[in-house]
Amino acid sequence: MKTSVRLVVNGRQVTVETEPDRPLLEVLREDLGLTGTKYGCGEGSCGACTVLVDDRSTHACLTPVADVAGKSVLTIEGLGADGRLHPVQEAFLAARAHQCGYCTPGMIMEIAGWLRRGERPRPEEIPARLEGHLCRCGSHYRILEAARRVLASQPVRQP
Amino acid sequence: MKTNATPLSPTGQHSAEGLTRRRFVQVLGAGLLVSVTGPALAQNRRRSSRGGGGPIAARIHLGADGRITVLTGKIEAGQGARAEITQAAAEELRVAPEAIDLIMGDTRLTPDDGITAGSRTTPSTLPAVRRGAAAAREVLVEMAAREWGVDPPAIEVADGRLKHAASGRSVTYAELAGRPSLAKAFQRPVGDGVTLTPVKSWRVMGQNFPRPNARALVTGEHRFPFDQVRPGMLYGKVLRPPAYRARLVSVDLAPARAIEGVVVVWDGDFVGVAAPTTHQARKALAAIEATARWEILPHPSSRELFEHLRTTARGGVPSNPFAGEFAQAAQSLERTYHVPYVQHAPMEPRAALAEWSDDGLTVWMGTQNPFGCQRELRRVFDLPADRVRVVVPDFGGGFGGKHTAEAAIEAARLAQAAGRPVIRQWTREEEFTWAYFRPAAVIDVAGALDAQGRLTHWHFVSINPGGAGLATPYRAPQRHERAVASQDPPLRQGSYRALGATANNFARECFMDELAALAGMDPLAFRLANLEEPRLRAVLIEAARRFGWEEKARRREPGVGVGLACGTEKGSFVAACVEIETDPSLRQLRVRRVCEVFECGAVVNPDNLRAQIQGAIIMGLGPVLREAMRFAGGRMGNASFERYRVPRFSDLPELDIHVLDRRDLPSVGGGETPIIAVAPAVANAVYHAVGRRIHALPVSAA
Ligand code: FES
Ligand code: FES
Repeated sequence: MKTSVRLVVNGRQVTVETEPDRPLLEVLREDLGLTGTKYGCGEGSCGACTVLVDDRSTHACLTPVADVAGKSVLTIEGLGADGRLHPVQEAFLAARAHQCGYCTPGMIMEIAGWLRRGERPRPEEIPARLEGHLCRCGSHYRILEAARRVLASQPVRQP
Repeated sequence: MKTNATPLSPTGQHSAEGLTRRRFVQVLGAGLLVSVTGPALAQNRRRSSRGGGGPIAARIHLGADGRITVLTGKIEAGQGARAEITQAAAEELRVAPEAIDLIMGDTRLTPDDGITAGSRTTPSTLPAVRRGAAAAREVLVEMAAREWGVDPPAIEVADGRLKHAASGRSVTYAELAGRPSLAKAFQRPVGDGVTLTPVKSWRVMGQNFPRPNARALVTGEHRFPFDQVRPGMLYGKVLRPPAYRARLVSVDLAPARAIEGVVVVWDGDFVGVAAPTTHQARKALAAIEATARWEILPHPSSRELFEHLRTTARGGVPSNPFAGEFAQAAQSLERTYHVPYVQHAPMEPRAALAEWSDDGLTVWMGTQNPFGCQRELRRVFDLPADRVRVVVPDFGGGFGGKHTAEAAIEAARLAQAAGRPVIRQWTREEEFTWAYFRPAAVIDVAGALDAQGRLTHWHFVSINPGGAGLATPYRAPQRHERAVASQDPPLRQGSYRALGATANNFARECFMDELAALAGMDPLAFRLANLEEPRLRAVLIEAARRFGWEEKARRREPGVGVGLACGTEKGSFVAACVEIETDPSLRQLRVRRVCEVFECGAVVNPDNLRAQIQGAIIMGLGPVLREAMRFAGGRMGNASFERYRVPRFSDLPELDIHVLDRRDLPSVGGGETPIIAVAPAVANAVYHAVGRRIHALPVSAA
């Protein structure tokens, strides 16, 4: 049974006609054409599908779309503004923190979530904070470097 | 050339959107393509297969806008071929790499450069691309020389501009691109006679050059195979047996057919569905699964695996021919090593989008083997080559695991029945169950030493993993080395980063440590006493020096150990020293530090090579620490990332990577060999830490 679900995606109000139990990941990719969010496991154990829901890091593969009704979803496509890259994207480019790049959007969204929530994990805390994100190419060291750089360069926003 | 609906992008941004002939011409550069007619291009491509002989036009196109398009049948899966091939072409064309657009892996457009595997891109494709580019440059120089009535050697080329200093004349590639005579000249075959730029004169090669489409990766714009879309496309799923060696007895498709918008296909063993969304396809498949009845036949379990491989060895397991000599030897030893099945688990599972049109079948897919997959599709659907096109967008990891066309065949079958394009995106569980695996191995090793600790006899029988890395690099006057296949490997198996060299080198290098102990020698000293190959000695000595081997190997600290290993494969050389910490049960094993020294001739792109080495080391930690496929009753017991733990951030050791850049030696590939020293070095460190010899992977299974 389809219903209408209204949500905000990358700052835009959208309404999707969908079965309410469909994973947000599939609605983003198949209905909204936002394929930057990746499928890696479908069960919350790889981080490839990470998006921000009201700034909280969320596995889109495990989230029924009905759960985000009325909420704001941010995906990799909505991260930059006016054709400019977000600082986390810049940091990934500068650190060449990708090989195949398939894990990259999920990693970037995770770190962007920290910044948006005003969290600044210390360098030695970062690996544990990324533990749920898998990368099979072995870009880990460069991902850590990108995370450290961007955390060091971003002032903490006062709430 | 019929190019309706032929998506194409020079930056790996293949998107499965339609493309008109006009756009196609624009992309390839009006200068040349308009005069190279379609059939001729296709013909050129065929003639140019495997690295040479084809016309320049099959490889290089000049645009009147100054853009240069280079074509290669290789693919990009994160290993860096896009950057390195771009550099190779830029080097010989004397242009900045930014001036080049590289089209990769498209069976209709690109030359067949063979499979992207076995570290062949560097030693064979780079020279092929360089020859094509150098030949193009020579043609351009000749043209200018003729027009100006000067000697070709008097013309200098830099930044895409040809200059004759004495007369002050100059012309750009872009200007020459418009000359009608160029198209004809580019039909000239790339001869063997072209001279390549010597390493000492490299300006672009040997430098860091980032992946050209990196920006699209961080913005999410890049469309991986999984992300491909065509108008009217459906999402496909196929019915999988509940176990290996299961036979479908009966199934009722009616409940699935009743779901609106769902196409159901049943053809022999193949049952599949296609639906407008993945969700609907999943529901339709569940409806079918609920009615399917299967007959499940016996299948060996992972517990019986090694016994099974031994008893199914083709022609039996060769015995040690030196039994008499072993009896006389000062010292001798025999051991058997076990390596389980492991999975590549690239982050992007297999995916393929298939579309049938007047043009035949077009498939966008992630594969290391576009032309091989084209052949598979031709066979299955009985089509001529010009009716099957395989397009490979840059994809999410291969590691030797994406050589075959199964997802493409499934998608094409569903698309044929549905009359619409269909994408097949494998789930992680399918990937962990139905993809092929790195072969398990049983390896018997025996060695005899003389009184000075020198190897005299060597016997090495490797059952199932294949012959890569079979030959010992150590001096062994009498040797007997055999790779034996199993007649009945329980799982589908295929290539994996460095192939059988991972298993063979693991067994050999662990055994060398045991022999060293037998000889009463330090593992490093023992290896050096039995090793002549200067390039392998060089990496081993350098790794030991950087790591501080002598001092660390003497130290005794409970639960802490160091180990080393080395090896050579595909013409490159590696040595690793590691430090680990562990509890006696080996359950808390952690690799603290890895120092790896690698040498693969003249380095093409240092930064990319380092990334490859980092990746190989991290990937190599998985099978030594934890990875092993577990199966019983024909069912996979750990087909998920939760139960099959690949290396994570918490596993990262401190890394010291050092590359010996041998600019006096030909470049060979570097994506594979760095993995082969990791597992044995860790296993050897376990012995140093807790006094237990490791004879099986993962070490926690010991
Ligand atoms: S796809 Fe969602 S966590 Fe893996
Ligand atoms: S870069 Fe390929 S999975 Fe992380």
